[in-house]
Amino acid sequence: MKFFRSSSNQDAVAAVPQKLTRRSSGMGEISRLLKSQEGLCVLDMGSTSASNIRFFTGRGHKNYSEDLLRSSLDPALRIQDSAGNAIVDSKKFLDENLVYTNSKFDVVLCWNLPDYMEESLVKPTIDRLWSVMKPGGYLLAFFHTRDAGPDSTCYRYHVTDTDMLEMQEVKFAAPGRPASDKQSPRLQRVFNNRHIETLFRDFASIKFFLARDAIREVLVVR
Amino acid sequence: MDAPHTGEGANIGKSVVIKGELSGSEDLYVDGNVEGKIELRNHRLTVGPNGNVKADVSAKSVVIQGKLEGTVNASERVELRKSAVVAGDVTTQRIAMEEGAFLKGKVDIQREAGKAAPAS
Repeated sequence: MKFFRSSSNQDAVAAVPQKLTRRSSGMGEISRLLKSQEGLCVLDMGSTSASNIRFFTGRGHKNYSEDLLRSSLDPALRIQDSAGNAIVDSKKFLDENLVYTNSKFDVVLCWNLPDYMEESLVKPTIDRLWSVMKPGGYLLAFFHTRDAGPDSTCYRYHVTDTDMLEMQEVKFAAPGRPASDKQSPRLQRVFNNRHIETLFRDFASIKFFLARDAIREVLVVR
Repeated sequence: MDAPHTGEGANIGKSVVIKGELSGSEDLYVDGNVEGKIELRNHRLTVGPNGNVKADVSAKSVVIQGKLEGTVNASERVELRKSAVVAGDVTTQRIAMEEGAFLKGKVDIQREAGKAAPAS
């Protein structure tokens, strides 16, 4: 985002990753909800985005930011199971994240979190989201429709208009690596429709939107 | 771009550790460790790049370059610079964020009567 417009640091400008745009039918539906009501609570689970905060607070809603993908990479969550395999401690993860009162949120923006999050965290996270969402609340998630390979680009999403998103490549320093050694998170799996329906089986309804960029948008109602 | 400390107001250097309640009637620059509560009703709090604040903060404006854990209540404006790491709820009239700033918590924009107050 442009913060100091007078800055002449061209290297810094060149280092900003390229941003792409996409039209989002799911975001369009959420925008209609945001327009029809005031003072809604929106949980954005992507990387902190000034655009999103501006979009939601500018319309009179409360914005909560919680970057769950980054939090899930915390080395302190890594433990070993009884067989000595490295796993992520899902209990500790949920003790430290998504800690809200029940039935708090009207809208949850999952973005592409389930595709990139550690397998053992996905279902517990969705279950927790069910608890913290209000009945009738909307959840938007994006899923790959086919295996794009583990090195497919992971994007963060900035809401720029009612149904328009700006996509920006996201990179993190892997656990134990220096901050300068950033990599895009790896695509963990590809969910098919049945997997997605199972994942959200406790929710009231689910709607799929297919897009040209091999991304399946899923709008779920609590 | 980091906000340089201009020398005006009070300064808590990076080797200083304070636990307790801080209040004042001048601007405050914190580049050290503060744990407790900070209240500067009509003045500016700046958390420098080395600053590590675990406190509920109340000020006219708050600029964060380092780490802050606690609620932030700014009557005018909050700025999160690119190195900012904030865990806590922010209540203010205006908020500005640089690319790279990290926020875990709520942003609640309190509008002035009759004015819109978007984030920038």
